[in-house]
Amino acid sequence: MIQITGVSHRIGTAPILHDITAAMPAGRLTALIGPNGAGKSTLLRLIGRLEPCQAGRIEVDGLDVGRTPTERLALKLAILGQQTHIASRLRLRELVGFGRWPHHRGRPGPADQAAVEAALDAFGLAGIAGRFLDEVSGGQRQRAHIAMSFAQATDWLLLDEPLNNLDMAHARALMARLRGLVRDGGRSAVMVVHEINYAAAWADHIIAMKDGRIAAEGPPEAVLTEAVLSGLYDTPVSIGSHLGRPLVLHHA
Amino acid sequence: MDRRAGLVLAGLTGLLLALSGLWLFQGLGTGNRGFILELRAVKLGGLVTVAASVSVATVLFQTVSANRVLTPSIMGFDALYVLLQTLLVAGLGVAGFAALPTGTKFAAEVALMTLLACLLFGLLLGRGARDIPRTILTGVILGVMFRAMSEFVARILDPNEFAVVQGASFASFSRVDAALLPFAAALTLAGIAVALALAARLDVLALGRDPAVSLGLRFDGMVIGVLALVAVLVSVSTALVGPVTFFGLIVAGMAHGVMRSARHAALLPAAALIAANILVGGQLLFERAMGQAATLSVVVEFAGGLFFLYLLLKGRIR
Repeated sequence: MIQITGVSHRIGTAPILHDITAAMPAGRLTALIGPNGAGKSTLLRLIGRLEPCQAGRIEVDGLDVGRTPTERLALKLAILGQQTHIASRLRLRELVGFGRWPHHRGRPGPADQAAVEAALDAFGLAGIAGRFLDEVSGGQRQRAHIAMSFAQATDWLLLDEPLNNLDMAHARALMARLRGLVRDGGRSAVMVVHEINYAAAWADHIIAMKDGRIAAEGPPEAVLTEAVLSGLYDTPVSIGSHLGRPLVLHHA
Repeated sequence: MDRRAGLVLAGLTGLLLALSGLWLFQGLGTGNRGFILELRAVKLGGLVTVAASVSVATVLFQTVSANRVLTPSIMGFDALYVLLQTLLVAGLGVAGFAALPTGTKFAAEVALMTLLACLLFGLLLGRGARDIPRTILTGVILGVMFRAMSEFVARILDPNEFAVVQGASFASFSRVDAALLPFAAALTLAGIAVALALAARLDVLALGRDPAVSLGLRFDGMVIGVLALVAVLVSVSTALVGPVTFFGLIVAGMAHGVMRSARHAALLPAAALIAANILVGGQLLFERAMGQAATLSVVVEFAGGLFFLYLLLKGRIR
């Protein structure tokens, strides 16, 4: 599990996170929700050591993120940030291939190649694997980045708004694949998600954040209530039910 | 490395060998062959060393800055070197400057230059790497500042000292310091060997900070290390022939175009070979065929400037 203890963070002089203590259970799909500027991405980036931790402590399966060698962490967790622009001109297959880098450090073997092809297949990219990144659509590029993190084959997968640019079918397919990884593959995933009904439909555990603090934490039925969400987003919402899961309705 | 990349590299190597042979043995005459051959060999060595150092430095720099339009020279690396030279001459005088043992002086200069470049550009790229326009502007301004400071110091020099400084601040491919060549060549070889050893990591570095960190690359250390390598290579080329602003840009652009791959294991040798072919072939043409009617450095800069404009207009600045 990921244990976050007393984490505070500032960017410049602006406080982003205030003394956060939370846990993300292993073997579950955890969704981070909350309004813009709540600190969700920052928290995810701290867990993934994309930013140095200023105060507090973060442990992933007992490994202190601040002290564990980054090469070791790359085999434990994969993080995909929101910024997915890449300056060099790569083919999709090459990009996904980088996901295997922590395993082979520059000398890919047949196992690595097989893993790359499997990842390309899994995200419906096999047909366009030879194209350059600037020759595919935003959604296809996004899927290629996710496929790269997938190919990294880590216990933990941290995704910052992976549904960006994805159409309904691909968003649904991604969520189904993530849940498959968690349920059958014994992996764990944490994702920042804005479309709250994706969290409602697929997440096992939800952490709601507001103004740099944890507002609510627990299983979907406990967090996705009218009282919690209306307060979280300062917007009246009502909760229905669909196929036994909560359905958040926010049409005026 | 795939078959195509191997073929291109082999072709470039063959061409370079042919040009070098022509350079050494064309019109040798019957006079003092040994003397002429030695002269030509030194010049050939200088050209190849400069070509390799400039091109590899540029490719490395473009990888670190995640930008295909920047070169170390645009960011003021070589201006920094000239400033160091000027300060040395001003501090020690012509006699003192000339009395410094070549090897020690060069080693000290390279070390100092590396330190300064790491400090300056490490801070710059570390903080503002995501803000490319600001990085370019700051670099250009730094370059102008270094040049202005050199000129200012040069103004208070006496004419003799000034002449020495001037010799160091204009690019000329016909002036290769034979005493410096062994050190420069050794440093270049070492630098390129390190760059090639890091090739797989450079590929990851080129993905940008977030993906590279996620893949377990020690990003910040790598950036500083590569900048240090760039500083060493730029010092070598500037010491040998003076500042060449746009040459690296042409060569890096051509290497990317010819290899059609982002893999440094192929890009770095390709860039070095293309650069060596251009310099040896160009100097051969200008010196032998055209009888020194034009200067290679000027033509290279002119073509490089045009290529730079082309990149700008095509919107390749990213």
